[in-house]
Amino acid sequence: MVTLQLRKVEARYGRRIIYAEASTPEIAGGHLTALVGANAAGKSTLFRRIAGQLAGKGEVFIAGAEPGDLRYMPQDTGMSAALTVYESVVLALKQRQGGWRMGAEELDAVDKILSGLKIGALSDRHLAELSGGQRQLVSIAQTLVTRPRIVLMDEPTAALDLYRQYEVLEHLRAYAADTGAVVILALYDLNQVMRACTMTIAVAEGRIVAAGPTLETLRPEMIRKLYGIEARVETCSRGCPMMVVDRAVEDHEMSGYR
Amino acid sequence: MRMVVWEIRMPIALMAVTVGACLSLAGAQMQTILANPLASPFTLGISAAASFGAALAMVLGVALVPAALALMVPINAFAMAMLASLLIFGLSTMRGVTVETIVLLGIALVFTVNALLALLQYFASEQALAAVVFWTMGSLTKATWTKVAVTALILVVVTPIFARRAWALTAIRPGEARAVAMGVPVRRLRLETLILVSALAAVPVSFVGTIGFIGIVGPHIARLLLGEDQRFSLPGSILSGALSLSATSVLSKANLPGAVLPIGIIAALVGVPVFATLIFTNGRRSW
Repeated sequence: MVTLQLRKVEARYGRRIIYAEASTPEIAGGHLTALVGANAAGKSTLFRRIAGQLAGKGEVFIAGAEPGDLRYMPQDTGMSAALTVYESVVLALKQRQGGWRMGAEELDAVDKILSGLKIGALSDRHLAELSGGQRQLVSIAQTLVTRPRIVLMDEPTAALDLYRQYEVLEHLRAYAADTGAVVILALYDLNQVMRACTMTIAVAEGRIVAAGPTLETLRPEMIRKLYGIEARVETCSRGCPMMVVDRAVEDHEMSGYR
Repeated sequence: MRMVVWEIRMPIALMAVTVGACLSLAGAQMQTILANPLASPFTLGISAAASFGAALAMVLGVALVPAALALMVPINAFAMAMLASLLIFGLSTMRGVTVETIVLLGIALVFTVNALLALLQYFASEQALAAVVFWTMGSLTKATWTKVAVTALILVVVTPIFARRAWALTAIRPGEARAVAMGVPVRRLRLETLILVSALAAVPVSFVGTIGFIGIVGPHIARLLLGEDQRFSLPGSILSGALSLSATSVLSKANLPGAVLPIGIIAALVGVPVFATLIFTNGRRSW
C-alpha cells in the first residue's frame, strides 16, 4: 500500500512563500482523501507542491511508490486541439511509455479507462466538440490511464451532473481500493466529501488548519472557519452524515492570500 | 537537354520539395510550442531578419561573415536570421516570459527589422533596390545542387529529433498545464524546439528569400487532414509543405510562357483559395 505524508513542507512561487511549514498525518492509500478550503485558500498550490511543480523546503514523504507514479489533474482549463478523445488519452499513456507503435496492452488500457468512465462512445469525438462535463471525464481518463499510485485531482466533479458526480466518485473509490493508491481530491461539496472521503485535509490562507478523519475534521466550527458558513452536521434518515447550511456569517471576509 | 534537366530544372524542383518541407515543419512546430495558429518562422522575425541580412549584402556590400562573394547574400541572410532567433531565444529564457510575451517580442522584432530594411532600401541604388525587392519576393531560380543538399541535410537532422519528442509535442497542444501535469518538461521542450525551428527556417530562407505562406498553410493543411497526433501531423506537415511548394513552383513556370513568376506571389495567390476551402469543408476544428 502507498502512503504519503507532508513533513514541514514549504511551497513558494519564486520568493513568495505560500505554505511555510505544512504537515499532515500519514495519508493511507486505498481510500479517498479530500482537500477542502475556500477559493484561493491554497488547494492547487499544495497539489502543485506535492506534484513537484513548485519548489520549497521540507519533504513530501512517499512510501510504496516512486515520484514518477504520481499524476496531478489540474483544474479544467479548456482543451482545444485537433485530437480525438481516444488520441488524447493515448498521448497521456505514451508520455510514460514512449514509442510510436501502440501495443495490444496499451490499446486495452485506453479502452478500459474509457469504458470504465462510460465515455467509450465519445472516442472519436474531437476535444473541441466536448461539453465541459465530457471534457472533465476525458481529463480524468488521461490522469488514470497510466494507473498512477498517487493521484491528485483538482475539482474532478466540478462540471459534472449528479449522475456523473456519483459515478466518478465511485470509480475513484474503486480505483483506490483496487490499487491501494493514495487519491486526494479537491472538492467543494462537503456532502460529497462526507459520503466518499475517509480522510480530509482542510486548508485556509496557505496553512493546513486540520487534517484527519473526515467527520472529526468537518465539524461546524471548522466549516465556519473555512467558509464563513453556519452549518449543522446531522445524520440523515439512513444514518449517513450530511451537512445542512443555515446561513452565511455576516462579517466573514474572504481572505485569499493572493 | 541533359544540362537543362540536371543542372537547372532538377535543382529547382528538388529545392521546392526541400524548402517546402522545411518551412512547413518549422511552422507546424512553431504553432505547437507557441499555441498560436498564426505562428510561423516569420512571426518571430526570422525571415524579416534574413531579408535585412541579404539587403545588407546587396545594398552596402557588407559581409557579416567574411566569405566568398558569391555566397555573401545567403550567408548574411542566415547570420541575421540566426541572430534574430538567438535574441528571441535569449529573451524567452528570462523569468516570467510566457508564450504570449514571446509572440509579442517576435512581432516587435519584425517591425524593427522591417524598419531597418526600409531604411536600407531608401538609400539603395536603383539596381540594388530591384535586387532586394526581388529577393524578398522569394525565388527558387537560383537553386543549385549544393543548396538542395544543405537544405535536405538540415531536414534530415532535425526531423528525427522531433520524431522522438512526438508525444511530448502532441501533449503541449491541449494545454500547457495539462502537459506539465503529464510530466512534459514544457519550458525546456519549447526552448529546444525554438532552436531547431530557427535552423529549419533560416537555411531555406537564406537560399530562396521569403516564401512565407508555406510556413503557415502547410501545417494547417496537415492538421486539417490528419489531426494533431504528431505521429501523423509531423510527416503530414513535411509532405504537405513539399507538395504545396512543388505544385506552386510548377504553376509559377506554367503561367506565362518564357517567364517565371516569383514563387512567393503564386504561393499566396493560389494557396489562399485552397486553404479556405479546406477550412470550410473540414470538420476538424482545433483553434
